Amino acid sequence: MLEGAWLIARKDLSIEYRTRSAFLAALAFALVSVVVFRFAWDPTTVTALDLAPGVLWVIFTFSGLLGLFRSFGVELAEGAMDGLLGAPVSREAIFLGKFSANLVFVVAVQAVTIPAVVLFYNLALGSEWIALAGVAVLASIGLVAVGTLFSAMALNTRMAELLLPVLTLPFFVPVVVPAAQATVVLLGGRPIVEALPWLRILLAFDLVFLFACTSVFRFTVEE
Amino acid sequence: MESHARSLPEHTSARPESRPDWLLLTAVLAVAGALVRILWFTPVELRQGVAQKIFYLHVPAAFIGLYFACGIVAVSSLVYLWLRDERLDLVAESAAEIAFLFLSVVLVTGPIWGKPVWGTWWSWDARLTLSLFLWFVLLGYMLLRSAVEDRSARARFSAVMGVLAALLVPFIHMSVYLFRTLHPMPIILKPERPSLPNEMLVTLLVSMGAFALLFAALLRRRYRYAHLREGVVAREEELA
Repeated sequence: MLEGAWLIARKDLSIEYRTRSAFLAALAFALVSVVVFRFAWDPTTVTALDLAPGVLWVIFTFSGLLGLFRSFGVELAEGAMDGLLGAPVSREAIFLGKFSANLVFVVAVQAVTIPAVVLFYNLALGSEWIALAGVAVLASIGLVAVGTLFSAMALNTRMAELLLPVLTLPFFVPVVVPAAQATVVLLGGRPIVEALPWLRILLAFDLVFLFACTSVFRFTVEE
Repeated sequence: MESHARSLPEHTSARPESRPDWLLLTAVLAVAGALVRILWFTPVELRQGVAQKIFYLHVPAAFIGLYFACGIVAVSSLVYLWLRDERLDLVAESAAEIAFLFLSVVLVTGPIWGKPVWGTWWSWDARLTLSLFLWFVLLGYMLLRSAVEDRSARARFSAVMGVLAALLVPFIHMSVYLFRTLHPMPIILKPERPSLPNEMLVTLLVSMGAFALLFAALLRRRYRYAHLREGVVAREEELA
């Protein structure tokens, strides 16, 4: 199963790598947002440090959604989905492959956005960046698991661009709240133990939803 | 396209509109009776005054909307994925709409009660926040159903969403609870529910019973509508 998932992930990533259009769009969105958010608040009353965690997680949520549109949209063209379903890979493998490709996409956007925020907001980020990267990946797993599943459903419908955000955002909240709160702890230079309760929720969410979404995926692609 | 779902049984009883819906009538009378009792036969609470009486509408709507109605959606969704009986899908659809209605009542009565008593329209109170998120989830559920035309796909997608939403509830609760523990909100007068004096407890139970009846009546009616609608659609497909 893992081999099938790897093949599908590689296929998706190769397609994306050739044009890089979705990645560049997500990146552009992220960087513009970083700037806009800074100017939307009065810098004398709201410090960059107060603003940064919220900005980061709002950007990751919405740029993640941008990436998800691409995920199954790629299969809509020329009935590629039928070909994928007819291939000798399990439904779970298809889901995990798509999930992995989306995860790489989201983490790649984060890898550019976090340094950009540190730069533009003049944050002092020392060795905590490793923990921050860990939080980002952990949260992304949850976001992408749910997002991949819902995009499989939503992209079959008439109002896909509206439906995907409406369906996924309530599910994103138990990921974004802990992630943002953990980011507050880390960027504020506070001991990482303070972030542990939030990390526990993130981990639990990842485990539960990765398993659940992988299992129910086949119900969304039956014929 | 072959549908895997078992088709609905033929609707052979007499025209439904010719007989009055006794359950709905009883339920409406029960709610009216409860309102009378709330307004005129229940003592006014000492600290909160007349505003406290919204409690008798807010709590039953929340209890039945959150636990009963959403519970039915979750369970029917799960069992549908197992049994593929289309009736389960219609039950889930009906319960979801009524849950949405009851939760709307919760979200409207909550702030109306909160403003005079807490001094604020909204507090990120755990239960109110959960109601808000479930309200969004139900909205998404109804949007999803309206966006998918194929009957079998619609039932499957809704069932998947129902199951995932059920898994989501404990996580929302945990996040909100932890947030409130670590970030204590300013102390506000919180309406307590310690031991209620007898008359108030009886009123609450009467109201709870009336809302339960209303829920049952609405669910039955809404299910019948869904059943009829699917029958019409099936007939149209046959003729086409």
